[in-house]
Amino acid sequence: MLVISVLAAAIGAGTAILFACLGEILCERAGILNLGVEGMMLSGALAGFATTYGTGNPWLGALAALAAGGLLSLIHALLTISLNANQVVSGLALTLFGGGLTAFLGQPLVGLPAPASFGKLPIPGLAAIPVLGPILFRQDALTYLSYALVPLLWYWIYRTRPGLYLRAVGESPATVDAMGLSVQRLRYIYVVLGGMLAGLGGAAISLASNPGWTENMTAGRGWIAIALVIFATWNPTRAAVGAYLFGGVEALQFRLQGAGTSISPFFLNMLPYLFTIIVLVLATRETVRRRIAAPAALGLPYFREERS
Amino acid sequence: MKLETRRVRPGLWRIERRTAPTAGVAALVPLVSILLALLLGALLLLLAGQNPLVVYGAMLNGAFGSLNGVAETIVKTIPLSLAALGVGIAFRMLLWNIGAEGQLYFGAIAATGLALYVMPWAPTVVLLPMMVLAGFVGGALWGLIPGALRAFLNVNEIITSLMLNYVAILFSEYLVHGPWRNPQGLGFPGTRTLPDSAWLPRLSPTRVHLGLLLAVIAAGVLFVILRRTWWGYEIRVIGENQRAARYAGINIPRNMLLVMAVSGGLAGIAGMSEVAGIAHQLQRSLSPGYGYTAIIVAWLAKLNPWSTLMVAFLFAGLLVGGDQLQISMGLPAAIAPMLQGTILFFLLGGEVLSRYRLTKVRRGPTPDLNPAQR
Repeated sequence: MLVISVLAAAIGAGTAILFACLGEILCERAGILNLGVEGMMLSGALAGFATTYGTGNPWLGALAALAAGGLLSLIHALLTISLNANQVVSGLALTLFGGGLTAFLGQPLVGLPAPASFGKLPIPGLAAIPVLGPILFRQDALTYLSYALVPLLWYWIYRTRPGLYLRAVGESPATVDAMGLSVQRLRYIYVVLGGMLAGLGGAAISLASNPGWTENMTAGRGWIAIALVIFATWNPTRAAVGAYLFGGVEALQFRLQGAGTSISPFFLNMLPYLFTIIVLVLATRETVRRRIAAPAALGLPYFREERS
Repeated sequence: MKLETRRVRPGLWRIERRTAPTAGVAALVPLVSILLALLLGALLLLLAGQNPLVVYGAMLNGAFGSLNGVAETIVKTIPLSLAALGVGIAFRMLLWNIGAEGQLYFGAIAATGLALYVMPWAPTVVLLPMMVLAGFVGGALWGLIPGALRAFLNVNEIITSLMLNYVAILFSEYLVHGPWRNPQGLGFPGTRTLPDSAWLPRLSPTRVHLGLLLAVIAAGVLFVILRRTWWGYEIRVIGENQRAARYAGINIPRNMLLVMAVSGGLAGIAGMSEVAGIAHQLQRSLSPGYGYTAIIVAWLAKLNPWSTLMVAFLFAGLLVGGDQLQISMGLPAAIAPMLQGTILFFLLGGEVLSRYRLTKVRRGPTPDLNPAQR
C-alpha cells in the first residue's frame, strides 16, 4: 500500500518535470539550446495561478501558462534564431528575467489560497485495476494530458515527415535549407512550442501538485528537466521514465520527512539535486558508450552565407 | 569574407556580418542596452500601476544619492565583482560555470569554520590572510567538482554547477541550524559571531571594508594573467578555438581544472569577505543571489577584469536601489533582478547588431554585389 501511494505521488510530482523536459526535447531537437526552462516554468506557474485566481477556472489558467511560457521563449527565439546571439547566455538571461519578473508581479499573490485547481480525477473502470489503477489512473487532468503527449511526440518525431524535418534541422540545418524549407521558421515553431510546454509544466505545479504561488516555487525543476533531456537521449518515452524517477525522489523525500526520520531535512532536500548530478554522469557515460550524440547543430547559430 | 550571389526573397530584413565592429558602436551597445532595458522596465512598472519616474528616482537616490547610499553600493560591489571575475575567467574558455552562488557559500563556510573552530586564537595579521586562503580553497574545491566531471567525464558543467548551488546553500543552512548554531542566537539561525580578529577592517562610519582591496587586487592579477602570461594565452586560445588549442598541444583538461578552481576560488573569497566584512557570522541568505547577478556582470563587462569592477558597481547600485524601494515604497526588491535580465537581453541583441548589420534585401542587384560594402 505504501509503495503504491509513493509511486502515485511520484507520477503526480513528475508531471511538471515531464512537460518541461518534453518541451526542451523539441527545442533541442531543432538545434536550439534553451536554458531558460526555469524562467519559463515560473512564468507559467504564475500566469496559471493568477488566471485561475481571477477566473476560478484552472483550464483557463493552463491556457495562460501555455501563453506565458510561449511568450518568454519567443524572446529567446528572437535573440538566438534571428539575431544569432549566444544561446547559453540568452537562456541564462531568460531564467534570471523570469525569476525576477514573476517575483515582482507575483508579490500580491503569495500565500493566497487557490480558488480552484486540478484535483484527482479517477478514471472510472481503469482506476479499479489493482496496483496500476491507483498509481496511474487516480491522477489529475494535466497528468493524463502528459500521458497522451509522450506517445504523440514520439510518433511525431520518429514516424512523421514534419518530425523528420525537425530532426534534420537540429542535425544539419544546411540540408533542410537545401530542401527549400525555412530553418528559421522551423526553429521558431519548436522553440515556442517548447516554451509553451515548459509554461504548462509550471502550471502543473501551481495548479495541481502544489496549488498556490510562492516566489521561485519551481526550485530548480527547470534545470532538472534540462538534465533529463540528456538522460532521455532526446527521446520522449525515456523522458517519461526520467521524470517519474525524479518524481519518485521527490515523493520519497516528503514521505521520509513526514515519517520523522533522524536524517536532517536539509540533507533530504539535497536529494533531487545530487540525484540529478549522478543521473547526468551516468547518462553522459552511456551516451558516450552507445555513441548517442546530441543533435549535431545544437547550440550553433545558422548562417546561410557560411554553410559548408 | 567572400559572399556569393544568391537569390534571397526581396523585402526581407537579413543580417550580415560586419568585417569589424566599429569602435563607436562597440562602446555604445552596453549604454544603449541599459537605456532600452530601463524603458522596457518602465513599461512593466506602468503595467503594474507604478509611476516609473518615481520608482527610478527612488532607486537612483537610494543607491547614489547619499554618502551612505554610495557606501552601501560599494559594499555590494565587493562580492559581486569577486564572483563576476571568477565567472568571467571560466566564460573566457567557454566553461559555463554558473555555480558561483554555491562556491560563494562554500568559501564562506570554510572561512567561518577556520575562524570559529580551527584558529580563533590567531592574531588578525595571521587569521585574515588564512581566512582569505580558506575562502579561496573552499570555493575552489566546490568549483572543482563540476570542473573534474567536465574535464574527465565530459559531463555538462552548466547543470552540475547549478545543482551544486542548491546543495551548498542547503549545507550551509544545515550548519547554521544544526552543529554550528549559536545557542544564544534567539531564533535567527546563524553561527556564533566571529572573534574581532577575524573582522575585515572598515572605513568608518560606513560599512565599506577591506574586501574592496581584495576585489581590486583580484582584478589586477586576472588582468596580468590573461594578458601577460603563457597560461592566460592558453585560456584565450581554448576559448576561441578548442580544436586549434588541441592541435597546439595545450592540455585542455588540466586548464579546465585550473580555471574552475580559480573561478570557484574567487567566488569563495567573495563569500569570505561577506562573512568577515559584513555579517561577522555565517547566516541564512548570506547572499541575495550575487552568484547569479555575477553572470550578467561578467558578460556585460565583456569578461574584461577592469570593466567587471565598473559594471559590478553599477549593478550593485541596482541592488541597493531595489532594496531601498522595498524599504521606502514597499515595492518588491525583485525589480532589480527583473531589470538585470532585461539589460542582458538588450545587450545580447545589441552585441549582435554591432557585429552584424541589418540590411533590407532589395529587388535587382543584391547588396553583396556592391564592392564598397564587402
